[in-house]
Amino acid sequence: MSINITDFVASAPLMTVTLTGVILILVEAARKSRVQVSFVLTLFGLLIASVLAIVNYSNEQTVFFGMVRQGWYANFLNLVFLAAALLTVLLSKPYLERAGVHRGEYYILILFATVGMMLMASANDLIVVFLGIELMSLCLYVLAGFLRTKEKSNESALKYFLLGAFATGFLLYGIALVYGAAGTTNLEIIEAQVPDLSSQWMFLVGVGLLLTAFAFKVAAVPFHMWAPDVYEGAPTTVTAFMSTGAKAAAFATLILVFHQVFRFTESNVNDLIAVIAAASMIVGNVLAIAQSNIKRMLAYSSIAHAGYMLSGIAAGNNEGQTGILFYLVAYTLMNVGAFGIAGLMENEEDKNLQLDDYTGLSQQKPFLAALMAIFMFSLAGIPPFAGFFGKYYVFLSAVKADMTWLAVVGVLTSLVSVYYYLRIVVLMYFKEGNGDVAAKPAFPALIAVTCSALLLLQFGIFPSVIVNAVQKIL
Amino acid sequence: MTVIQPYLILSAVLFIIGTAGVVARRNAIIVFMSIELMLNSVNLTLVAFSAQLGDVTGQMLVFFVMTVAAAEAAIGLAIIIALFRRKQTLNLDEINILKW
Repeated sequence: MSINITDFVASAPLMTVTLTGVILILVEAARKSRVQVSFVLTLFGLLIASVLAIVNYSNEQTVFFGMVRQGWYANFLNLVFLAAALLTVLLSKPYLERAGVHRGEYYILILFATVGMMLMASANDLIVVFLGIELMSLCLYVLAGFLRTKEKSNESALKYFLLGAFATGFLLYGIALVYGAAGTTNLEIIEAQVPDLSSQWMFLVGVGLLLTAFAFKVAAVPFHMWAPDVYEGAPTTVTAFMSTGAKAAAFATLILVFHQVFRFTESNVNDLIAVIAAASMIVGNVLAIAQSNIKRMLAYSSIAHAGYMLSGIAAGNNEGQTGILFYLVAYTLMNVGAFGIAGLMENEEDKNLQLDDYTGLSQQKPFLAALMAIFMFSLAGIPPFAGFFGKYYVFLSAVKADMTWLAVVGVLTSLVSVYYYLRIVVLMYFKEGNGDVAAKPAFPALIAVTCSALLLLQFGIFPSVIVNAVQKIL
Repeated sequence: MTVIQPYLILSAVLFIIGTAGVVARRNAIIVFMSIELMLNSVNLTLVAFSAQLGDVTGQMLVFFVMTVAAAEAAIGLAIIIALFRRKQTLNLDEINILKW
């Protein structure tokens, strides 16, 4: 047995992003290099990786001694992560220049975090799940504290680090117990043994610990407390990245481990996930109403969105998987967009982050206001934007799995959420502003938010583009 | 076949002590040490299972865990130092501009 070239070819997107990261480290080490070079190289690497992911799309195989699985599922999610990374990089340049910390290591960290996410989606072994989560999280801890002279950013990094590392402990203990019960960490072999294992208490405790760790990573109730603090304190572009890429990656692994491998149907585990989902929807949406800071409000809304997506996992059927994957695409686009606009508005540190600062935006920045309105409508789940179909598919799967109560909770809490999303639209369009919004138009960031809005509209009007791609995974 | 129950019980106890430390202590460094204790208790579990199953995967995972724990220590202590420079405190109750 040896690693041969086909392994690298099959995992080409993963390798491209890794290589770009390594090259960037060398470029940064060269003393005369300029940050612009890193920026361009990052964009270039991510674009090549996206192209390779599309080319490689249907190439289904396991590589690296059965550790990594490539194919439809991994490449679909790779594209989501790469899109999140690309949009974040475009948003970051003007943001970091304004904050005076435009440095090359930012891009290196973004790239390696993306590698971690891609590993999580293509894992075929619990060891790779662990390594992917850690690679992603370690980069994100540093990114959260990237404004290292700012107290808020430091505090956000410390909280994220302590709670993230705590969750890692649970994840590892879960992996250890599953390993002890199944005698292997390979997901395919575990999958074959699940019927025998599911009566062993050691296996079930392991599964419970894994679920706890994943609930931490997706910020689901009752392990959501870190999210608002971390999202508020971190640089806005980093928040955009971790609320989309990191959450999508955590869901990718959750689907992989719980839906494709463990396959608990009609069991207490699914009921437990359903309760977590319902609690996240209720707590996230209700607490979001009370927020006055836009980043904090979006943080609570992201807890609620984790709840919507978890109901697809609780349903445990193929519609659920389709629904979550569609939802992840929509969620990534709309959240990157919403945080991107928040970042564009934030012209100095901590300025223009209150909801009231959006008052009358439509008169001063009609284009930004229109885009923000699109993101808010989509987050609220109003057609014709992609957010609507995401919710529709997820709730449909819950109904098909005889969890109608979960779908009812979802729809009712979505109604609650309309209040706080549309409040921003009302402020922007129907109130007179005081006119101190002086956000300079930043070209790369404008491209990023415009692209997200257009894609949201595209996938909202023609959802079949995504649905067809997703259904090939089943 | 090795008798591994004592090792499993020991590591479960260590894991619980670590968890309790994270929840109860308010000093950032001590919380971090408790997390390390949790990770090391997992290592003990993995080695015990590995010996019982006669399979090296568990021991291999231990090396990965140690590597990751080292990286985590580097990053965590750097974050703690950056924060200490601003605040001159490590008490988590005083680190509260963001509502905890």
